[in-house]
Amino acid sequence: MANKEIMTVNMGPQHPSTHGVLRLVIELDGEVIEKITPHIGYLHRGVEKLSEHRTYHQAMTLTDRLDYLAPMSNNLGYVLAVEKLLGLEVPERAQTIRVIMAELTRLKSHLVWLACHALDIGAMTVFLYCFREREQIMSMYEKLSGARMTSSYFRVGGLSQDVYDGFEADVRRVVDEFPGYFDVYEGLLTKNTIWLQRTIGNGVISAEDAIDYGITGPALRGSGVDWDLRRDNPYSGYEKYSFKVPVGEKCDTFDRYKVRLVEMREAINIIRQALASLKPGPVLADCPKVCYPPKENVYNTIEGLIHHFKIASEGFSAPEGEVYQSVEAPKGELGYYLVSDGGTKPYRMRIRPPSFVNLGAIEKMAKGSMIADLVAVIGTLDIVLGEIDR
Amino acid sequence: MAENNRAVIKLKEKFPSAVLDVKEFRDEVTVTVAKENIVDICRFLKTELRYNLLTDVTAVDYLGREPRFMVVYNLYSIQNKDRLRVKAAVSEGSPQIDSVVSVWNTANWLERETFDLFGITFVGHPDLRRILMTDDWEGHPLRKDYPLQGPGREPYKGRLS
Repeated sequence: MANKEIMTVNMGPQHPSTHGVLRLVIELDGEVIEKITPHIGYLHRGVEKLSEHRTYHQAMTLTDRLDYLAPMSNNLGYVLAVEKLLGLEVPERAQTIRVIMAELTRLKSHLVWLACHALDIGAMTVFLYCFREREQIMSMYEKLSGARMTSSYFRVGGLSQDVYDGFEADVRRVVDEFPGYFDVYEGLLTKNTIWLQRTIGNGVISAEDAIDYGITGPALRGSGVDWDLRRDNPYSGYEKYSFKVPVGEKCDTFDRYKVRLVEMREAINIIRQALASLKPGPVLADCPKVCYPPKENVYNTIEGLIHHFKIASEGFSAPEGEVYQSVEAPKGELGYYLVSDGGTKPYRMRIRPPSFVNLGAIEKMAKGSMIADLVAVIGTLDIVLGEIDR
Repeated sequence: MAENNRAVIKLKEKFPSAVLDVKEFRDEVTVTVAKENIVDICRFLKTELRYNLLTDVTAVDYLGREPRFMVVYNLYSIQNKDRLRVKAAVSEGSPQIDSVVSVWNTANWLERETFDLFGITFVGHPDLRRILMTDDWEGHPLRKDYPLQGPGREPYKGRLS
């Protein structure tokens, strides 16, 4: 009977695979993980507290920094929650552009996931390729909203402005080129022996446990649960598009990798359909009490300027009540729970962060495996610390 | 309307005295229940009515009202694609409610966060520590009487910078 000696190791916050500021205190028996204690909160910015002191329009700017790899998904969840609270209808063109941007954001986020996940396991070429391709989407972000990350492009009631000239050509280029890139990534990884050995059978979590731990998004679908909010509780006109929801079987890291790759191809598919159905029209709801006036009115007429000033300074009042609206963000179910007391500011805004809840299951997934496999498990959950600490 | 919701009817049958209020707003059903029965109600909702995913546990601070806090549980049923919100009032004098970790493991971290930011104690939680703030932090940041600019600062007077 060999005696057991437990060694405590700090993994992070400087460890490159902990993606920012996650600290895991691991208790090791030799090389096998006995216990993991995650320490989070290094990045806590108090977004929920801040938003209680801002108007509904101003609180939107706080949301792009949550999941900083997918700003527009966060914006989408927030504006949908406020629109639900107000009972506001959004014009069709705005909805379609929102879908296109949300899916491009999903691509962008998944590309970073693939890059970092591959680099954690040691595949450097994929990392460089993914960031090269992501730059196309980033430059579209910049042309569209003037910022690469803090886009704030969506507004309560629609969009801040219509798309730039040449937007459709840019999107079409992405739609045409990206499937070829995905083939390259798959060629580099899917049959790569090292990749297979590091991912197959690693970080297994059964469907029942995954639901019990509240895992959502691709990580849950990788465990074989056929559930996607875009299909099952459609929002922003997703019911008009047909797409497959990929589901894994073996509940391991490799399945989650495959699920996300299929999701990227499906995102291209949705963008293609949305682009075909894009029709000219207004991009902002006709609701002067809520929406900002068009910019040309603000600059050229005094009524527009006063209108803009009223909304920027005072905001709009929302009816009393509470709503919960969630969207299928790249990481999982991102929900916003808004409580209104009838004033111009959210009385309480709660963000249901997918990464935070997914990370809660890490001990379940990695217990009993080797310390080197923990890196793959962290990567497969696709966590973003901006959202975990809020 | 809300009274015809399947879950509400079943809940009223099973816990007639515990269901205090039923509201519907924007097609979302909110049930307010007594906090003493929260674990039984949650277990019933999970096993009998298949609300198998606990989406969120959080709290709302209604400062100046009694009871002061509302603990909010957002539930979702993956089979029925249906949401339900359950709320329970918690008073300021004894901010305690039973933990639902025995029903859903998701509640573990979510309740820790609520404890950290609101100071509501979850009785029976296996590991109730602060999660976002440091262990020696004083006060509970999301309470309405906690100053926006942090501890030891003058209270918020309408300036943001």
